[in-house]
Amino acid sequence: MAIANPLGIDLDQYKYGFHDPENYAFKSRKGLDREIVQTISHMKSEPDWMRAVRLHSLGIFEKKPTPMWGGNVAAIDFNDIYYYVKPMENQGKTWDEVPADIKKTFDRLGIPEAEKKFLAGVGAQYESEVVYHSLREEWTKQGVIFLDMDSALREQPDIVREYFGTVVPPEDNKFAALNSAVWSGGSFVYVPAGVQVTVPLQAYFRINAQNMGQFERTLIIAEPGSYVHYVEGCTAPTYSSDSLHSAVVEIIVKEGARVRYTTIQNWSKNVYNLVTKRAVAYRDATMEWVDGNLGSKLTMKYPSVYMVEPGAKAEILSIAFAGEGQHQDPGGKVIHAAPHTQSSVVSKSISKSGGRAGYRGLVKVYPGAKGSKCAVRCDALILDDSSRSDTYPTMEIDEDDVQVTHEATVSKVSDDQLFYLMSRGINQDEAMSMIVRGFIEPISRELPMEYSVELNRLIQLEMEGSVG
Amino acid sequence: MSAELTIKDLWAQVEDKVILKGANLTVRAGEIHALMGPNGSGKSTLANVLMGNPFYQVIKGEVLYKGEDLVAMAPDERARKGLFIAFQYPVTIPGVTMASFLRTAVSARRGFDKDQLMSLAEFQKLVRAKVDELQVDPSVLGRYVNEGFSGGEKKRAEILQMAILEPEIAIMDETDSGLDVDAVKIVAAGVNRMYETSGRKMGVLVITHYPRILKYIQPTRVHVMFDGRIVTSGEAQLAEELDQIGYDGIRAQYEKVAAEVAGEGEVRSAGKVFWVRH
Repeated sequence: MAIANPLGIDLDQYKYGFHDPENYAFKSRKGLDREIVQTISHMKSEPDWMRAVRLHSLGIFEKKPTPMWGGNVAAIDFNDIYYYVKPMENQGKTWDEVPADIKKTFDRLGIPEAEKKFLAGVGAQYESEVVYHSLREEWTKQGVIFLDMDSALREQPDIVREYFGTVVPPEDNKFAALNSAVWSGGSFVYVPAGVQVTVPLQAYFRINAQNMGQFERTLIIAEPGSYVHYVEGCTAPTYSSDSLHSAVVEIIVKEGARVRYTTIQNWSKNVYNLVTKRAVAYRDATMEWVDGNLGSKLTMKYPSVYMVEPGAKAEILSIAFAGEGQHQDPGGKVIHAAPHTQSSVVSKSISKSGGRAGYRGLVKVYPGAKGSKCAVRCDALILDDSSRSDTYPTMEIDEDDVQVTHEATVSKVSDDQLFYLMSRGINQDEAMSMIVRGFIEPISRELPMEYSVELNRLIQLEMEGSVG
Repeated sequence: MSAELTIKDLWAQVEDKVILKGANLTVRAGEIHALMGPNGSGKSTLANVLMGNPFYQVIKGEVLYKGEDLVAMAPDERARKGLFIAFQYPVTIPGVTMASFLRTAVSARRGFDKDQLMSLAEFQKLVRAKVDELQVDPSVLGRYVNEGFSGGEKKRAEILQMAILEPEIAIMDETDSGLDVDAVKIVAAGVNRMYETSGRKMGVLVITHYPRILKYIQPTRVHVMFDGRIVTSGEAQLAEELDQIGYDGIRAQYEKVAAEVAGEGEVRSAGKVFWVRH
């Protein structure tokens, strides 16, 4: 039985645009400098090495120029943001320990209900901190570790130190540097060799305060032969001023392991969503990114897979839906750095009411990655004349013995299709939404049923009143 | 009231080309009409205009359905009120399964509230019965609407939709074209069964180029369309007579009448062809 709303996707306009009163344990002043970074590290009682990483990263952030490609990130005023907001003193082990108004928010988002019904574990982040975290006993018994990142730094310092920043170093890009300087919250997942976590782990990210910056940091380590599916969802209140969400996700998929990472982001339309997500896949390992981008003002996010040993596989499925005032610039990168590696990228973008959506991707094949295969397919559906689709596929192929294919289509909803559906009694909005759902079906069928049901309902809502 | 479709002096165009030039026809509940005519005579235009295809514009005349102005209704409203068309060229809807499409459609037809669908159990019972009745391969329900269907599969899927939606007036636009004799028989048997199931209350307009299907569906009336008008009507045997003289024979008669009638306001006829000038 599907539950109503596992990821808090709006069923009635942007239903999750509400906000709670701020009764916070701590809220930093606006702006970013060494003092703020030191305060964050101090409040978290971090080891020296992490404080050093943060300060080093701040220097990189300050030096790196603002990217001039993609969306308009120059509009972000980095001095007008709260970088650290601690909503409560101690994390809840049960929902009852979470302050009432925050718990109410997650109730409205349907998280505790989803947890009861079909998840192995749940993390709930509110502003900068994870306020609730749980993992079912059957998985802890098998050695699975699922913690918020701050707790992981305290409880699993060696593993964190071994891997932190190895997949996405702060030097990678301006926003990775920013995250490395001010990160807070996020998930830490460790799956021991051979353990198959057969039901998903879910993290939920909620921004509440105005001008908030949320910088969670996620690290997933899948030991040889293991499997885990991690799902994240996001919402925020609707404010007239902008918020910033800039996460870093690092994933290590060891020999023969498989990790699937599913995102359905439904940020309110005043959130800049600038995220660096990257995985390293070793011998015969499989990394799958399923990335649904529905909300936000601007999303720039290019989940990547570095296939560094023979037989590694990458799959990236990306959906972008841009309505009025939205710019979705998602995509993906597949890096073939070893022989007989395989990748597949499928991107579906939909733009309507003046929105802009598309695909930006990189396929890189290094010399010697013989016998590798890569297939990229980008389909764009444009629903009206005021909307826009962009496709920027980049291919750098430095090996001859490879198979690389790229297909791209841009289409409009045809009048014939609309008429056909309407001639069966289906009204125009529903007909349009059916066509759109059909368009993304190759991706939505990959989602757990609860999420695909919700995704389809969201699309239906977005489509209402879009024609006629 | 019982379903009645009345077409009065209907003129319609596609882009700037006038195709229908004063069509008149009434289909009442329980009647089976055959509309025949050569290619390009306007048969399919009439079908599309009746269903409200936005590609066609009505420029003159009226169509009443159950006493209401059909032309003013959106296609989905027409369908919900019991009008159906089995298309000559059904459209592909990638990613949407036949089952989900049919469930949405039948829920709309049966007046379920917005966002409400017929229960899955009830729907499956209904579909299973219809699939058996029409001898359709049930695997079609899991496939995407018309995607990769052969010509025959598409036509049978149209008939399946018709059976599930239980129209009061059904238009079949060259459903027989491109089918072999066995497939024509199956389609015809399906339509006949639906007609019986409706208590002989369903009205049917069978549009066809060839008289072949009329061996298996017994029409109440046969009409011949030429140059956007119905130029002759008669009993079932008209189809056979037409088979003998062919459309060329009709064309010769039509041209004779057309020459005589120019500028005058009376009924003229030549052989089978008559023309009422409005």
